[in-house]
Amino acid sequence: MTALLPRRGLAQILALIVILAVDRVVSPQFFDLRLQDGRLFGSLIDVLNRGTPVALLSLGMVLVIATRGIDLSVGAVMAISGAIAASLADSHSLTVVLAAALGAGLICGLWNGFLVAVLGMQPIVATLILMVAGRGIAQLITEGRIVTFSSPDLVWLGNGSILGLPVPVAIALGMLILTGTVVRASALGLLIEATGGNARASELAGVGTRAMILAVYVWCGVCAGLAGVIAAADIMGADANNAGLWLELDAILAVVIGGTSLFGGRFSLVLAVLGALIIQTMNTGILLSGYPPEFNLLVKAVVVLAVLLLQSPKLSGVAGVVTRLRRTKA
Amino acid sequence: MKGLPPVLITAVVLVAGFALCAVQFPNIASTRVVGNLLTDNAFLGIVATGMTFVIISGGIDLSVGSVIGFTTVFVALAIERWGMPPLVAFVAILALSAAFGAAMGAVIHVFDLPPFIVTLAGMFLARGASFLLSTQSVPITAPVYSTVSDFALRLPGGGRLTAVAIIMLTIVIGGALLLKLTRFGANVYALGGSRATASLMGVAVGRMTVKIYMLSSLLAGIAGIVFSFYTSAGYSLSAVGVELDTIAAVVIGGTLLTGGQGSVIGTFFGVLIQGMIQTYINFDGTLSSWWTKIATGVLLFAFIVLQQGLVALARRPVVKRAGAVS
Amino acid sequence: MENSPDPAASLLEVRGISKSFGAVRALQEVDFTLRAGEIHALLGENGAGKSTLIKVITGVFPRDAGIVRISGEEVAPRSAKAALQTGIATVYQEVNLLPNLSVAQNLFLDRQPMRFGIVREGEMRRRAKTLLADFGLDIDVSAPLGNYSVAVQHVTAIARAVDLSARVLILDEPTASLDRHEVEILFGIMRQLAKRGIGIVFVSHFLDQVYEISDRITVLRNGRLVGERETASLSRLELIRMMLGRELAETTSARASAGAQKTREVCASFENYGKAGYVAPFNLELRHGEVVGLAGLLGSGRTETARLVFGAERADCGQARVEGTPVRLQSPRDGVRHGFGYCAEERKTDGIVAELTVRENIVLALQAKRGLHRPLSRREQDEIAGRYVKMLDIRPPDPERPVGLLSGGNQQKVLLARWLATTPRLLVLDEPTRGIDVGAHAEIIRLIRELCDDGLALLVISSELDEIVTYSDRVVVLRDRAHVEELAGEDIDVGSILAAIAADGASIAHEGRA
Repeated sequence: MTALLPRRGLAQILALIVILAVDRVVSPQFFDLRLQDGRLFGSLIDVLNRGTPVALLSLGMVLVIATRGIDLSVGAVMAISGAIAASLADSHSLTVVLAAALGAGLICGLWNGFLVAVLGMQPIVATLILMVAGRGIAQLITEGRIVTFSSPDLVWLGNGSILGLPVPVAIALGMLILTGTVVRASALGLLIEATGGNARASELAGVGTRAMILAVYVWCGVCAGLAGVIAAADIMGADANNAGLWLELDAILAVVIGGTSLFGGRFSLVLAVLGALIIQTMNTGILLSGYPPEFNLLVKAVVVLAVLLLQSPKLSGVAGVVTRLRRTKA
Repeated sequence: MKGLPPVLITAVVLVAGFALCAVQFPNIASTRVVGNLLTDNAFLGIVATGMTFVIISGGIDLSVGSVIGFTTVFVALAIERWGMPPLVAFVAILALSAAFGAAMGAVIHVFDLPPFIVTLAGMFLARGASFLLSTQSVPITAPVYSTVSDFALRLPGGGRLTAVAIIMLTIVIGGALLLKLTRFGANVYALGGSRATASLMGVAVGRMTVKIYMLSSLLAGIAGIVFSFYTSAGYSLSAVGVELDTIAAVVIGGTLLTGGQGSVIGTFFGVLIQGMIQTYINFDGTLSSWWTKIATGVLLFAFIVLQQGLVALARRPVVKRAGAVS
Repeated sequence: MENSPDPAASLLEVRGISKSFGAVRALQEVDFTLRAGEIHALLGENGAGKSTLIKVITGVFPRDAGIVRISGEEVAPRSAKAALQTGIATVYQEVNLLPNLSVAQNLFLDRQPMRFGIVREGEMRRRAKTLLADFGLDIDVSAPLGNYSVAVQHVTAIARAVDLSARVLILDEPTASLDRHEVEILFGIMRQLAKRGIGIVFVSHFLDQVYEISDRITVLRNGRLVGERETASLSRLELIRMMLGRELAETTSARASAGAQKTREVCASFENYGKAGYVAPFNLELRHGEVVGLAGLLGSGRTETARLVFGAERADCGQARVEGTPVRLQSPRDGVRHGFGYCAEERKTDGIVAELTVRENIVLALQAKRGLHRPLSRREQDEIAGRYVKMLDIRPPDPERPVGLLSGGNQQKVLLARWLATTPRLLVLDEPTRGIDVGAHAEIIRLIRELCDDGLALLVISSELDEIVTYSDRVVVLRDRAHVEELAGEDIDVGSILAAIAADGASIAHEGRA
């Protein structure tokens, strides 16, 4: 039942509606949309557009977390692929640029996956290495400068529009559909959830758990690579210092808000992306309300704590008892 | 291999690295450079001492960078805007930091949550709070600041051992003694070995968890004060990403990221190695600062692999024995 | 120290202890008495209730009924820590000390000698040395405990317990990873402690050792007390009968006549198959439509044989054949590919994926076998799950329920369904009836028979000998990690299996380990 539209999304959808309503109160024009030059404009589109990088990251992150892992390096991987894209943009075709940037993301994912699945390192330890070194590698590529470019193809990727939607949003949507199709139309989803739920038992049932773990880190790297390209295309440049900074944390937060447990098992792609949108809607709302944007972090902290407490094994134990009691009464 | 503790390997890396630097740039081997190294990395040394306790106990504290940032802003505002005497401001912020750490420790223990995510929330909270106080850089002009900044012990060879360096060295030594000589220290190792077993053996695991995170935040607060001495300003964006440098220093210092083994002295060496790489890059002039991160990453990888190897090696005799029995 | 304890004084008295986990009654009105100064062996197969009893005595599990007295005084510890304060200490097979701390710190954790807030390291080491010297151990106490052998770690754990003034010492499989010499040392220490008046509960599956060291034996089976005997007056055969036989009636194989015809086709064969230090090389033929039972005591190599056959463990010698063709079994995936299935003994850790639904658990192995790119559609999954839920009568009959919420018996059926869905040629079942209620028990046995009649080859491990006798065509008896006897047809009865398990020679095999 965890196909593309899961049954457990009610809390997240309600949360999103409430935040949207608050945003509407803060800014009466919040829901206004207008079409200009074949492209939609408005706060809602803004939310989608700005939420794209985290949404892309969360697509990869949710699979990693489903296997009981975590990938701290996605922000650094974004910086690397963004740096590569920006450096190549004005001298190569878009295909080459994309291939190189996504290829870099893939290699980073392979590295992480190798450390976790083959060397058996703890995921948090293994991905910390690339988190530290990755930003240095990105700076190596940009030689410490902010590399700008003017390639219209790549600029279009960040600022153009398809069917009225900003290109990044269309890409994120496409990736969600692609990931969802790959994961749910193949048996990948079931096997990932089984691996995260009980790796030993899955191995004994004939599941290639190592291959699963390797695959999710690779996919996470590719998603981070794509997010890096889009972030670079958006600002028409690559800033190795700041690109994707702290976004790994936002991506983890999005996954956690999306109801996927940090202890692995059941996951939902749609809800993870919804989580990313919830984060972005809050950000935009705070921006529109006139509060300093820095207020974001405080709100995020409160949200993390609230979600954590809801997910806490001890509290959910209590909750489980309550539901069981209710069920027996009914 | 088994007899060689990781901290010795760190020491060897430090000495060999320093020798290499000194061969290439003879000027590096002077008390002036060493003194600067200690001053520049004073706050890192302090916060890494606290992180060592946390990591040995099997946890992690991602909030330290934000706590440093908050401290600098709080201290600057308290002294400059709210008219507090500096000492009172220091006591207030240290009490606040300690309470903050204790709260994180309590949440980790009571709700049985991964420290990584709880301290992540703490990181957001502290950084957000410092933004709320002020988004501007607030210069500190109190006389005590210039006094402290100017104070230094002259070293032979023209070097200066500054006040912040002295504070750092005192804390490192104090931390090392606390870890090695007290019941508290033994319990920190016990927690890192196995929380369940430690509890079975009589360690008050909950109280220890609270104390350990309290210590880490308290030292982050002190590091924040030292940082404000160093920059004579409070800025909410200061010390961004310091938690990563700190964790790297601890791991390079031979502490097992999974807990149970490690030392404050090793961490101190780890801080010096990072500072040394930075110094080398400064001296070279052609190399850029990003090499620090790459070199740190490579060292991190090397030490983690080394420790995995050591752990595997330590486990092997037991496996062999189990086989021999049957 | 040398004053001889009153032999009749009961130190630890357990009366009428009961404990249930859900529908499973793990302990039913069990009594146990430990006298001061005696070494008392607590025996029983896996699932007999030994560890539950220990955990109830030490307060790790709350008990449903019954009382525990120490020196006549009623106690009800709520945790292992509280139990220690009442004088009951437990040393488990995986020593519960901290290998990363020094030996001295392990002995004195949280009660180190202090001066001015500082641990008196020298004093602590001196005391540790003296304490260990009592146990004949002269080691560097400042080295990490993990550097030492398991034997030293055990002795350290015992020394700590004794120094904490434990009067009852429970040793749970202390000899499982010790060599002969280390066992001797440990026994020496146990005798010495018994002389001091400490009562020792010795849990072990090495019967030779039980005969060597214990004064009395208590046997549990299926959560019930079978009996308490003086070791000296209990024959080995009688002991094994207490542990394994449900009743003493000599049942013969219900399938014996069918098993007589040897025309069945060979499904899989294993020739000189084994792994050093795991199971001695064995020959085994599994035929379609035939049940082969694996009998033996705990630790005799039954599960190890099963894992080798399935491919969960790699053999280092011998040849496996499937339908006559040589194959290599390197991983569970290989086993699954060749049409094998394996229901492991530990359902929770090696079997179910608790949070996934019954349907997902059932299709898991089939899906893994088909590969990623050939997913089962939701309709096919529903159909398969629905079919097996009905066929095996899985309750509640809701394929969308997380399997973790089902009872043990139903979880076992889900695992059976998982393998049946792969249409296997060989099914390996390790203790398929362990820890499930009586009704489900009978059903599983009926299922085993039916499956066999459908032409499946089965290899079944069970500690219940009369159960093995009822459904097996052949029985392989294991002892000390080697196959020692194969019984077929009319020869299969509880008596001959018991005789094969109890046959002497076990002691010779034990000497060989030294």
